[in-house]
Amino acid sequence: MSHSSPDPNDAHGSVYDELLGTDTSQWAFGTDFEDPLAGVDTTVPDDVDATALAAYCLMLGDDALVMSHRLSEWCSRAPDLEDDIALSNIALDLLGQARLLLARAAAADPSVVPPLPDGSPVPVEDALAFFREALDFRNVRLVEVENGDFGHTIARLLLFSTVRLAAFERLSADRDPVLAAIAAKGVKELTYHRDYAGRWFLTLAQGTEESRRRLLAGLAAIWPLYDELRTAYDVGAEVDVVLDQVLAVSGVERPEVGAMSGRGHTEALSRMLAEMQVVARAHPNGQW
Amino acid sequence: MSTAYAVAASVTDPEMPMLTLEDLGVLRDVRREGSEVVVTITPTYSGCPAMATMRDDLVHKLVDAGYSARVEIALSPAWSSDWITERGRAALRAHGLSAPGPAPSRGGPIPLTLMPLARAVSCPQCGSARTELTSEYGATACKALYRCADCLEPFEHVKEI
Repeated sequence: MSHSSPDPNDAHGSVYDELLGTDTSQWAFGTDFEDPLAGVDTTVPDDVDATALAAYCLMLGDDALVMSHRLSEWCSRAPDLEDDIALSNIALDLLGQARLLLARAAAADPSVVPPLPDGSPVPVEDALAFFREALDFRNVRLVEVENGDFGHTIARLLLFSTVRLAAFERLSADRDPVLAAIAAKGVKELTYHRDYAGRWFLTLAQGTEESRRRLLAGLAAIWPLYDELRTAYDVGAEVDVVLDQVLAVSGVERPEVGAMSGRGHTEALSRMLAEMQVVARAHPNGQW
Repeated sequence: MSTAYAVAASVTDPEMPMLTLEDLGVLRDVRREGSEVVVTITPTYSGCPAMATMRDDLVHKLVDAGYSARVEIALSPAWSSDWITERGRAALRAHGLSAPGPAPSRGGPIPLTLMPLARAVSCPQCGSARTELTSEYGATACKALYRCADCLEPFEHVKEI
């Protein structure tokens, strides 16, 4: 095998060039891009409005991406190792859903993808994740507000996974076969997420005075954003049945706080995106 | 020259190398398209980072065997742990992992489970049925963590989905 010397003038040259030579099988150092929909027929069915489908997939994808990022902020900071791993795994599932949904949105309506410099190797899902402004994100506010303590995270995850699971059960029969397949796969993952959040909700509610106080504070803080989540996912009584079941066994009442008015985003999203996007934006022609 | 299917079927899972992709149930199809071999795999979980490795390993092994190869993704039907073969389950046990039970059947709203899932999990080290769940999530999304109450060894259980 022949090795080429790294060119110090080449912006993409790195120590790994020496290690890899022409062997591209060493995936850990990054090879070419992996399209999460490679080989999937992404033709939009005749009776489906491609623009509306793309907008809907963007919303579902952005929710997953932003929620995934918030959960991943727990990595190395969770109350114990098992929950550190659990939250990271849930974040990973949601990141996978985000990749599929953003790729689906781009395939349905390429005009949603922000323009990049000529020759940029950035794939469409990354263009959508890293090169849009906060105003262009379609996620609900519930997923974007900053993490509070573990009680706040559990309350948010319970509301989010309960609503998203109900919506994905419905979307498993969507007229777009790609969205239907993504949803059917997501249902299995979200079932574990909802159970995880529900168990911790019960545990914290019936644990110590302090754990209960913190859970209730977290629930009250996130509750004003619940209405927007429900509306965005167009879910009904099936969600209330599940939520009331968790609240009842936990001995917790629905918070008596009204829905937060308005739409759009909070300042928290801009700050989160600034951190999430900075490296990709600094190197729009970078190879990762 | 081995058949393309035999080559693809011999590629192992990067996280659980005791399993071939065939035994894991992610290898869905191997077909010829002109001079190219097209392999179809399906992800276990949406965010499974092993997919890129599986794809690269498949292409690498097929190219080494003299084929030109490409890998495609199939999303539907979604992978189920029921697709792990009997040979795969035996390999898991032989390597100290607990194999999944039957996946929950679908139909009607999915029930909420607030108590730990009642699985009949026996310790892959000593065979004891006295085991307890440590966490529903382990080093990978597809595994839960258990502990044996008799031999006290921790072990991983491949989850039912």
